[in-house]
Formats: sequence, C-alpha cells, structure tokens
Amino acid sequence: VPAHDEALRGEVRGLIAEATADLPLDRRARSWQGFDADFSRRLGKAGLLGLTLPQSYGGGGRGPFARFIVVEELLSAGAPVAAHWIADRQSAPLILKFGTEDQRRFYLPRICRGEAFFCIGMSEPGSGSDLASVRTRAERTEHGWLLNGQKIWTTNAPHSDYMIALVRTSGTAADRQAGLSQLIVDLKAPGITIRPIVDLTGDAHFAEVFFDNVELADDALIGTEGQGWTQVNAELAFERSGPERIYSSIVLVDAWIAHVARAGRLDGATAALAGRMTAEAATLRAMSLAVTALLAKGEGPVVEASLVKDLGTSFEQAVPAWISDDLASHPEEPIASELYRAASYLGQIAPSFSLRGGTREILRGIIARGLGLR
Amino acid sequence: MNREELLVPFDRLLSDVCPPSVARAVDAGDPIDRLWSEIEASGYLDALVPEPAGGAGLSMGDAAPLFMALGRHAAPAPVAETMVARALLARAGIDRPAGPILLLDRQQALPVPFARTASHALVEADDNIHLVSLNQAQLTATGEPGTTAAFINWPAPEGRALGTDLPRLRPLSAVLLAAAIAGAADRLLDMTVAFADERVQFGKPIGRQQAVQQQLAVMAEKVVATRMAAEIGCAAGLDGGLGPASVAKQVASAAAVIIADTAHAVHGAIGISEEHDLQLFSRRLRSWRLASGSETYWAERLGQMRLASDISTIDFIRKNLNLAEPAR
Repeated sequence: VPAHDEALRGEVRGLIAEATADLPLDRRARSWQGFDADFSRRLGKAGLLGLTLPQSYGGGGRGPFARFIVVEELLSAGAPVAAHWIADRQSAPLILKFGTEDQRRFYLPRICRGEAFFCIGMSEPGSGSDLASVRTRAERTEHGWLLNGQKIWTTNAPHSDYMIALVRTSGTAADRQAGLSQLIVDLKAPGITIRPIVDLTGDAHFAEVFFDNVELADDALIGTEGQGWTQVNAELAFERSGPERIYSSIVLVDAWIAHVARAGRLDGATAALAGRMTAEAATLRAMSLAVTALLAKGEGPVVEASLVKDLGTSFEQAVPAWISDDLASHPEEPIASELYRAASYLGQIAPSFSLRGGTREILRGIIARGLGLR
Repeated sequence: MNREELLVPFDRLLSDVCPPSVARAVDAGDPIDRLWSEIEASGYLDALVPEPAGGAGLSMGDAAPLFMALGRHAAPAPVAETMVARALLARAGIDRPAGPILLLDRQQALPVPFARTASHALVEADDNIHLVSLNQAQLTATGEPGTTAAFINWPAPEGRALGTDLPRLRPLSAVLLAAAIAGAADRLLDMTVAFADERVQFGKPIGRQQAVQQQLAVMAEKVVATRMAAEIGCAAGLDGGLGPASVAKQVASAAAVIIADTAHAVHGAIGISEEHDLQLFSRRLRSWRLASGSETYWAERLGQMRLASDISTIDFIRKNLNLAEPAR
C-alpha cells in the first residue's frame, strides 16, 4: 500500500470515532447496513468519498488502494456507511465508465459530497441468480422511457435517491442477455411505490419497488441500449472485489478478544480459535490487497474477485458460529449483553453474506470457468 | 532480476533432474546423488547468501517461487531448507558444508521430512544453533513405505555453534513447509482439473458436472489461499518470527487435507493406486501438514500473541503479520 494512501487511515479514524461513540456493538455489527446520512456527508466533506473518481468530478483522484484503506477502517469499526455505500462502491464507477459527460457532471459531484444515495435494481420476484431473466420493461416513448415492473430485495431502496436498474428494453425474457439495458431511475418519480421488507432480525434494510407507468427522461439510459448485461457484469466486479467481503463479522472478533482477555482465559482452545481467525483474516486481507493491485493496474479481476468473495464470506459466516460456540461452551462466564446480541445477530444474518452480490454457487461457477471447465 | 527470470531456469532444472520417476525412486530409498549434484552446481543453494559472502543475496520473499517450485516437483531433498541454512551459516561466518542441510529444533519429536536424504542439520538447542553432521544422529524409520521422513534422535547437541542472535528454526521450517505445500497443492489442482476435463462419465467429461465444478472451485480457492499464506511467511524474511510463520503454516496445513481429499475424490479409484503420480503429491501434503506443527499448533501460537495484544484485528494484522521484509 503506497504511503500516501496509508496516511488516510488516521484521517478517517477521527471521523469514525465520533460517529460510533454511542453505537452499541450489535449496531456496529450491522456494518454496511447501518444508515447515517449525516455521517456520509461528513465523510464527503472530508474528501473521503469518491476517492477513485477524477478530481474534475469532485473525486479524490486517487487509486484503488486509497479506497481500500478508508473502507477497511470504516468496516473494522462498524461505522454506519449504508447511505453512501453503493453509490461510492459501484454506482459512481459505473457512471464514470459508461455515462455521458452530462450524466457524470450531474451525479458524480453529489455522490462525492454524500448527497446522492443509490440502490441497485437487479433481483426481481422471478429473477435471482438467473439475472438475465428480468422482466421489468422500459419502452421508448416520444420523450424518453415508460417503465413497468417490479424489483425486490433492493438494499436501501427506502433511503435512496436513485436506482440503477437492469431492465428489458427489447425482446422477451427468452432472449436472455440480449435486449437488456441499465436505467438510472429517480425514485421520487410518480408511479413508484417502495415497500420495506422486514428481515429475520427485525431490520428493514431491503424493500420491494414497484414501477407503474413511470415516465423517465431520455437521459435515464446509462451506457448503451442493449448492453446492460455487459455493463452489469462490470459493475458486479466492483461489488465483489472490496474488503467488505471479509470484514462483516470483524467487530465481533475484536469484542470477543477483549472478552476472553477480561475473563483471563489462557487455554489452548481459546488461543487456537483466536489464532485461526487471525490467520484467516490476515490471508484474506492479503488476497484482497492483491485484487486491489490488479484493479490499480486497470485489470478486471473477475475470477480473482469471485474467489476472494467466496472465501471471505465463508470466513465471515464461520466467525459468529465459532464465537457463539465458544461463549456457550463457557456457561459460567458472564458475557455483556451487547456481545451476546452481536453474536446472535450475526449468526442469524450470516446466510445473507453469501447471497448478496452473487451467490456462492454462481461465484464457484465463475471460478470453474476460470479453470477452463465451462 | 524479476521473479519470473529467477523461477524459469530453476523450474526447468527441476523438470530435468526431478521428474516424478526420480522423486518416486528416492522416496523408495535411492540416493539423491545426481539430483543433488545438479542442484548444487546450479548455484541456487546460495540464493539467500549475501552477495559479499558469495551468494545471490535474495530475500526470502524473492525466493518464495523457488520454494513453491520444489513442492510442485515433489523434490525429495531439503533444498529450501539448505538455502536457508546456508544463509544462516553465512551470517554466522561459518563455512557451508556440501550436502543437504535440515532445520531442526531439538525439542521436536515429530518425524522430519527429508531426514533420510540430508547429510547435515542446523539444530536449535539451549538457545543456540549448532551445525551437526547427521552421522552423529540416530535415524529411526517411521515404518511407512516410500518416504524420506524419519524420527531423529540426538545424543547431545554437538558441532559448531552459530550463535544466539539467529532466528528460531521452527518458524523458518514451518514457512518452508507451507511454501512446499503451496507448490504441491498447485500441482494437484492442475492434475485434477486436467483429469476432470478428460474423464468421461454419463457421456461427458466429469468436469462438465456442476457438482464436480463446485468442488474444484473450492479446491482452487484453498490453493490460492495457501499460496498467499506462504507468501506472507516468506515476505517477512529470515527474521520474520512467529507471527507470519504461524499464518503460513496454519492456513497451509488446514488447507492441505481439503486439497488432497478433493484431488482424490475427483480422480476416483485410480488416484489411490501406487502407480499413479497423484500419491506422490497427496502423501506429501499430509506429511508436510503435520511436520513442524499442524494447523492447531500454529493457531495456538498465533492466538497466544493475539490474546496478549489489545489492539484491533486489523491493526494486529498490519503491525505483526502482513509485513514486507525490512532491508538488511
């Protein structure tokens, strides 16, 4: 990691300490599901959003390592980053790569200031892993597009300003990847209904979104009509390559280390668990940095990112199971209720770690293709 | 010289002097004379020796691809161990003996890979390191067929003392074994993917079956993670100490079983046969997994370090584990 990027670490730590001071552990365990628009704006003001975007659009003009450092700090503290997360991670790079000059000037500076929040319209009731089967349709009108259909499991839709939606603009579902396009949908447009969906932990971070004859302007199209599949895959590579696929349970690890230290445990099984988690995290971090280095060279590390995401989410999922087992195998040891709640929350939500951003089975299919088997 | 320029001739040398037939013969008891004299003549044994002392002055991190290549070729002699031993001897200003050198610590009772093919050892005992001839030691076979590993018993640490300011040998041995595991694992992945592409069942190559593809994807993940962990161990250098070595061997040893098992699952019955080369690599993975401490041993060592520290996991990793080797 270049030294000038590493130097960002101290800068972001101050802001994080302020934002997380009153957050109990189980709120911090929400990681990138925690919504705090003020905090996102403060990060924007400090120049810590859009780090990889050109300065001419309000970005930091930095490389992927700068973003890695800031993201690592935010996640390892469990800072509430949901508001800007998707815009910073994938919508902004997508707009930079495929957008017109007008679209860039319109959206990117606001994303960098933490003033425009985005969600991703991919899944539909009948389209999950089989994304090419989407049925939401946009038809050309005299002045733009007429949008009808439904998205579901859309993270952060209730708090977002815009959705980048994958929709069919020609042909039918039988045409698969052909005839798909991406549209930027202003979620304040008439005809849009957003219904939050409560998850099994009581949170409502995702939603269903209905489009009923929504009229969009011509410039809602991002990129090229009919090229939505290619664009969405480029976008998913941004989504899969970040360190957030390693660190979802990391605040629990740190709290557990503090817990066993307080309890004065020095036995072999405790040390072995601490060591195993540390060794796996260190290896995953190095792998994630290697993917970042490929991004910095301008490559699109699709297979590598899939590999790190699958291994990383396996780790994130194992941690709450290991730690809860450890805690409950010491039934006489008092535990703080926030530690219990955090372990419990993460154990319940952990299955989603290998669903969001592409399921484990899809990622392994991508890896198998990389091995030449498909 | 970049890594590729360093590796290619070494890899070619090993392809020539250490094909599976040679590894197999040495495992079965043949001497390593020709293999060793060619490697010695190549100059690679002094790769880590500083240039003023007549070596190439490479760092452990530079040499990581060489260590992995040795595993990839199932080299039946302690070549990587000898490279490190020669660097330590040079640092202590002691002449380097000809022949393969093991890295041992006297407290360890586990079988030592390559014991049968080595002539010398650096032995850590009483806070010092001694250069000893293996003639002084009593080797006891493990009783398994086809292995260079043996139990080693020492009468007493005799021989030239190198000094007390040198790094501990067990972590160094663990890093080299992790790199060997990474190399052999890589070879197993190549063999298994190629087999899955050729073996036809149900009218198509088994590699077209999703169930097999998913297994091979997981195997590939473990191979890449093992390589990265070994790189972490090597990058920390000769003086990297306990932390990076623990990461390397914990991850490599834990992955070794899964990698070997998947290779065998995909190969089916033919992989179990002695005649098939698969066993040359899968048996090494299982032996190297245990040698110098298994995954739980190294997890405990790393865990003790971790529990003694009150900083965050990210800071602990940054400060103690993901290190580049400091310039010497």
